[in-house]
Amino acid sequence: MAIEVDVLKRVPVREQDPKVRATNFEEVCLGYNKEEAEAEATRCLNCKNPQCQKGCPVAINIPAFIQEVKEGNVEAAYQIISESSALPAVCGRVCPQESQCEGKCIRGFKGEPVSIGKLERYVADTAREMGIVPEGAKEKKNHKVAVIGSGPSGLTCAGDLAKLGYDVTIFEALHEAGGVLVYGIPEFRLPKEKVVKKEIENVEKLGVKIEKDVVIGKSVTIDSLMKNEGFDAVFVGSGAGLPKFMHIPGEQALGVFSANEFLTRSNLMKAFSKDSTTPIMHPKKTVVVGGGNVAMDAARTALRLGSEVHVVYRRSEEELPARKEEVEHAKQEGVVFDLLNNPVEILTDEEGWVRGCRCIKMKLGEPDESGRRSPIEIPGSEFEIECDAVIMSLGTSPNPLISSTTEGLEINKRKCIIAQEDNGQTSKKGVFAGGDAVTGAATVILAMGAGKAAAAGIDEYLRSLD
Amino acid sequence: MFKILERNELAAHIYQMVVEAPRVAAGCLPGQFLIVRVDEEGERIPLTICDYDREKGTVEIVVQSIGAETNQIAKMKAGDSFADVVGPLGNPSDLTKEDPEELKNKKIVFIAGGVGTAPVYPQAKWLKEHGVTADVIIGAKNKDLVILEDRFKTVCNLYVTTDDGSYGRSGMVTKCLEDLVNEGHKYDLCIAIGPMIMMKFVCKLTKELGIPTIVSMNTIMVDGTGMCGACRLTVGDQVKFACVDGPEFDGHLVDFDQAMNRMKLYKNEETRLKLAEEEGETHKGHCGVCE
Repeated sequence: MAIEVDVLKRVPVREQDPKVRATNFEEVCLGYNKEEAEAEATRCLNCKNPQCQKGCPVAINIPAFIQEVKEGNVEAAYQIISESSALPAVCGRVCPQESQCEGKCIRGFKGEPVSIGKLERYVADTAREMGIVPEGAKEKKNHKVAVIGSGPSGLTCAGDLAKLGYDVTIFEALHEAGGVLVYGIPEFRLPKEKVVKKEIENVEKLGVKIEKDVVIGKSVTIDSLMKNEGFDAVFVGSGAGLPKFMHIPGEQALGVFSANEFLTRSNLMKAFSKDSTTPIMHPKKTVVVGGGNVAMDAARTALRLGSEVHVVYRRSEEELPARKEEVEHAKQEGVVFDLLNNPVEILTDEEGWVRGCRCIKMKLGEPDESGRRSPIEIPGSEFEIECDAVIMSLGTSPNPLISSTTEGLEINKRKCIIAQEDNGQTSKKGVFAGGDAVTGAATVILAMGAGKAAAAGIDEYLRSLD
Repeated sequence: MFKILERNELAAHIYQMVVEAPRVAAGCLPGQFLIVRVDEEGERIPLTICDYDREKGTVEIVVQSIGAETNQIAKMKAGDSFADVVGPLGNPSDLTKEDPEELKNKKIVFIAGGVGTAPVYPQAKWLKEHGVTADVIIGAKNKDLVILEDRFKTVCNLYVTTDDGSYGRSGMVTKCLEDLVNEGHKYDLCIAIGPMIMMKFVCKLTKELGIPTIVSMNTIMVDGTGMCGACRLTVGDQVKFACVDGPEFDGHLVDFDQAMNRMKLYKNEETRLKLAEEEGETHKGHCGVCE
C-alpha cells in the first residue's frame, strides 16, 4: 500500500510507546520499513548542488543514496554510503542530524527536512539483514598501521586504511570493541548485539585485526609498537574518557556516580540484565547533574532501572547541549527537568549514603566569549532535593595515559593531543590522532570525520616512505 | 583467551594461578595489578600480580574466594581460560623508580595481611634482586592461612605472626611491628598491603612511630583505566583514582574510614549473588537480603 506523502512533512517514524519503553531497554525508535523509506525518499529534491552533503562531516553522497532507496536498490545505496562511512547503522541513529546534514536540507526551509538519518539507518539495517558487506581492498600494501582505541574515530580510520590495503591492527583497552558505542550510548538508543557488534564485524571483514585487553601506555607503549612490533604509523583515537567531578562536599558518598561509571555498568557490563554478575544501584530517586547527551542517557537509564529522575542543569532549556530528540524522549518517558539549578553539596545520612542534594538557583547573565549566557548564582536561594543517588555528568577529558608515555607527543593545556585538522598529524613523526583525544568530548560523527582525515594523512605519509 | 597453566590451593579458599598473558608479563612491575573476567557474563575483577615470567609470558595471581565471582575463579582448573586479562594496570611501586644504591641505605619493612601477602612478594623479590634485603611481616588469622612462606624466606627477613598464636609470633601485625621496633629495629619506610582495616591500624601506629608508610588501596573498580571513578578516594585534600593515581598512596594521608565505607556500596547485591551462586535454585529468600 502506497503511503501518501505531504512534501512539507516527514514520513513519521514508528517508536515504542513512552510508557512501555520507560520500563525496558529495547530500542526506542523502530525505524522505517521499506514502504516508509521509499516514500520518504521521494521527498528528496536530488539537488545539483547538495547542501546536505556539505553538512555531513564525512561527506556521504546523500542524494545519490536516497535516489537508490527510492528505486528500491538497497545494496547500491549501501555501497554509496560505505564509500564515506564505516558505521552507517550507528550514525543514522546517533548523529545530531538537525545541526548537520538535515540542518542544511533545502526542504527544511519551507517544511521539514528529509529524514536523512533515518534513511541511512534503514539502508544500513536492511543491508545487514540481507547480508551485504562492504567491499575490501583489491591489493595489499606492505605497511602495518596500529590504531589505538576502537571507538568511532579508530574504527573509521582502520576501515579506511584497510580499504586502501594496509595491514591494520586496532588495540582496545576494554574487553569489547566500540568505545563509547558500547560503554556510553545505551541499548535503547543503539542496540549492541544487533547493530554495534555487526558494524564492527564489517570493519573486521575488511581485514582489520582487533586486539582487546591492551592498555596502550601500560600493556605496551606507542614507541614500542613502532620500534619492536613493526608498525610504520599509529593513529591515536583514545577518546576523552576521564570523568569530571564537581569537588563539592559529599561527593564521595555512597550513591554518587560518574555518568561513565553508571553507564559502563549498565551498557558494557549489562548490569541492567539479571544474567549479568556486575552490580548496579537501583535508586529510588536520582538527580542527574548536567545537560548533555550523556546526562540524558544516564537519566533515561536510571529511569529504566525503576527510579524517579530529575535532571539538574545550571542553564535554561534553550542552552541544553543534548540533542532535542533526546530531551523530548526523556520528557515523554517522565524525566523531570529542574533547570537553572546547580548542586552545592551532597547530603548524606549517618551511614554515608546519599539522602539529598542541596542546590542553588541560578539566573543567566550576559553571553560569554563562546556565545552562551553564563549562569550566575542567586544568593540565598539554596534548597534541597531529596534523593538517594546523584549521577555526575559534567563532561570528560582525555586520559593522560597515552600522552604521558609517548615521547615527543605534544598536548595542549586541556590535555588534548595537538594534531593538524586536515590530516591528523601530531608533533611526533608517524603518529596521527583524531576524535575526542584531540578535540575533547564531541560527537560520534566528528570523531569519524577525524578518523577519515587521518586515514588519508596516514596513506600520504606511508606512500612518502616507499 | 588467557589460559591457566597452573593452579594450586595455597590455603582454604586461597588459590594461586599461573596465567598466560604475554603483554602483561612483558611490561609489569611490582605494585601493579590486572583485571580479569571469567566469561562473557562475568564482572571485571582487579587482582594483584604476585609474580611474573617475562620469557614464558606468564603472570601469577593469588585469589581468595569471597563472593560469587571469585568463587567462579576458584573453580577454574589448569587448562581453563579467562575471557580477559588486562594489564598491567596502576603505577609500579615507587621503589622501582629509586636508585638501588640509595635503597641499600634504607631500612624497609613490609607488612602483609591475608591475601595481601601476595602483592608484597614481587616487591620483596625485586628489592632482593637489586641487593636490598627488606624485613617482611606476614600476618594471618591462624597457621593454616599463612601463605607463600617458603618463597618469602628466599627473598627477605621474614617474620610470621598469627592472631591466635598458632604459628610464629602471636598477635596482629601491628603488635609484631611494635615488638620489632622495641627489639631495636629502626625503619625508614613501611609498606603495608592487606585489608583496609589492617592498613588503617598500621598507619595509625607508624604515624606514632614516625615511619613514612605506603599503602596499596584495594577499592571497588570497574574499568581500571581511569574512565569511571568508581575507585576514587580522598588522599590529603585531594580526590584520587586508585586505578591510575595509585594503587599505592601515602598511608598517613588516606581517608580510610571513607574508603572502607565505600566498600559496602554493593554489599546487598553481592550477598544476593553469592547466595544464588552457592544455593542455586534452592535459595528462596529469608536471608534478610532477598525479597
